[in-house]
Amino acid sequence: MSDTPLIQVENMKKYYPIKGGIITHTTGYVKSVDGVSFSIRKGETLGLVGESGCGKSTIGRQLVGLENPTEGTIYYKGRNLAEMKKEEMKQIRTNLQMVFQDPYSSLNPRKHIYEILAQPMLFHKISTKATVEKDIEKILDMVGLPKSVLGRYPHEFSGGQRQRIGIAKALSLNPEFIVCDEPVSALDVSIQAQILNLLRSLQKELDLTLLFVGHGLGAVNYVSDRIAVMYLGKIVEIGEAKEIFNNPIHPYTKALLNAVPVPDPEERELEKRILQGEIGSSTNPPSGCRFHPRCPFATKECSEKEPEMLEVTGAGKEHFVACPYSMDK
Amino acid sequence: MKSQEKKQNTITTESYFQTVFRRFRKHRLAMVSLIILAILGVAAILAPVIAPYDPNAIVGPFSGAPSAEFWLGTDQIGRDVLSRLLYAMRVSLLVGVMATLISTVIGVIFGLFAGYFGGVMDMVIMRFTDMVMSFPYILLVLVAASIFKPGMWNIILILGFVDWPGIARLVRGNVLSLRETNFIKGNIVAGMPLRHILFSEILPNTVAPILVYATSVLALSMLDEAALSFLGMGVQPPTASLGNMLNGAQSLTVLTSQPWLWIPPGLLIVVLVIAINFVGDALRDALDPNSEQK
Repeated sequence: MSDTPLIQVENMKKYYPIKGGIITHTTGYVKSVDGVSFSIRKGETLGLVGESGCGKSTIGRQLVGLENPTEGTIYYKGRNLAEMKKEEMKQIRTNLQMVFQDPYSSLNPRKHIYEILAQPMLFHKISTKATVEKDIEKILDMVGLPKSVLGRYPHEFSGGQRQRIGIAKALSLNPEFIVCDEPVSALDVSIQAQILNLLRSLQKELDLTLLFVGHGLGAVNYVSDRIAVMYLGKIVEIGEAKEIFNNPIHPYTKALLNAVPVPDPEERELEKRILQGEIGSSTNPPSGCRFHPRCPFATKECSEKEPEMLEVTGAGKEHFVACPYSMDK
Repeated sequence: MKSQEKKQNTITTESYFQTVFRRFRKHRLAMVSLIILAILGVAAILAPVIAPYDPNAIVGPFSGAPSAEFWLGTDQIGRDVLSRLLYAMRVSLLVGVMATLISTVIGVIFGLFAGYFGGVMDMVIMRFTDMVMSFPYILLVLVAASIFKPGMWNIILILGFVDWPGIARLVRGNVLSLRETNFIKGNIVAGMPLRHILFSEILPNTVAPILVYATSVLALSMLDEAALSFLGMGVQPPTASLGNMLNGAQSLTVLTSQPWLWIPPGLLIVVLVIAINFVGDALRDALDPNSEQK
């Protein structure tokens, strides 16, 4: 593997101001992402899991430039995105694409599929008027759609087909990196598997780098090489997918794994810990370890000192956990 | 083989306008209104050809009743009412259409920018909009008329600059919700330029409500023109407009004994406004992309 990761995020923070009061002023911040660092190597899929509202989609949006981080830097091939000139940014833009969660709102209802796919390709001169139709057909073929879809409008398709079109739209600009923002959570279970398979095969075929955001560990594990677990704006555990599954360290990761439905009724009885309580407030996060109010092993120290990311000893698998107490066990 | 493919394509890809027209046709009342509007519109455009007399020339007796020679009679100074009516309709439609065009363009641009950029720009534009909305336009016309010469183009400009706030608000509201949709974000991620996003992605999705609203602006500005001309502040005689033809009806003798002077222009205003509103209603249904697909 090459040395510079394709995407590197350092200490990313995203605070949204809360306005209020009689004379409007900022009364506080929603700390959606609060100091997150990770990197994604070329050709790898990083899965990002966590509860709703933990900031995982916010990270995705910032990686594709829809929002700018309040603090921290994003490096693309070792270069700071925030310091790039407009012209460079314009070129890099197409390399970073996104597949959206809701396939029903991600396609312009007034345009037929041909326009939706062709316009960006023509604008970025990825294709010419003469070749665009052939290029589009190639992409449609990759996502498993016939070319007869071109003249139709988005409302004529099912959710799964629309998500395929959404993937085709992302692919059409020859990106290196695609953020998949919960691409299957709005779909039927049977369709979910198809889309996941499609993403996985596309990733191999085109040597894509993916950030796969999801809240189901099952789906995320299926497509990911590595997994990062988020809780309330922070990454609590990151490591290889297998390692996270077989050797979860952080109590939150364990709880998430326990929450995956198991089809075998015998196994269901084994060590089942369902988390109590709600995810904490991101306006005013708990002190110390953010997970401590819900953690079954929390001690007094947990509420005082914020844990650092530590490498799991002896493993040598780049497995990091933000819980010094669980690691000793 | 290739032609066959093309044929298949055209079967499934009825153009947007075909779809709209097919759904529009289902509204009988709107179809009738559209036909009436078309006939009146052609009559207005062809007024110089079909009008029996010069609208400003004295050609008959004073206040003559309708006769074979003068189908709708003559006015107080002996001008042919039918000829004047045709020319008046031409003026009124022109005023309505032009004023609507001006206000739609202004409203759409303000609405797009206020909605898309938000923040300070939104604040400034919307407060300005509120200001214009709260301004009594009759007063504005009076002031404008005292500064410039009152006349058709002044009326058009004034109505155009007074009627846009409704459209601006409508567009802004639509843009606010569209801006957050994934397909707009997708286009931002795809690096599409601002003008593409505003005019090719957002605008087509607000065209339907704009069109519907524009029809009511059209009807309203024709009524406004009539009202202003009736007050003598609008289109100046001898040019005929539906409003200043009604001007004569300010006297009781005309109202009671010479109905041919005010019933035709009054009726024409009513018919035009109602027809335009019916068409607007049908457009609202026909343009909705989510209504039935057959």
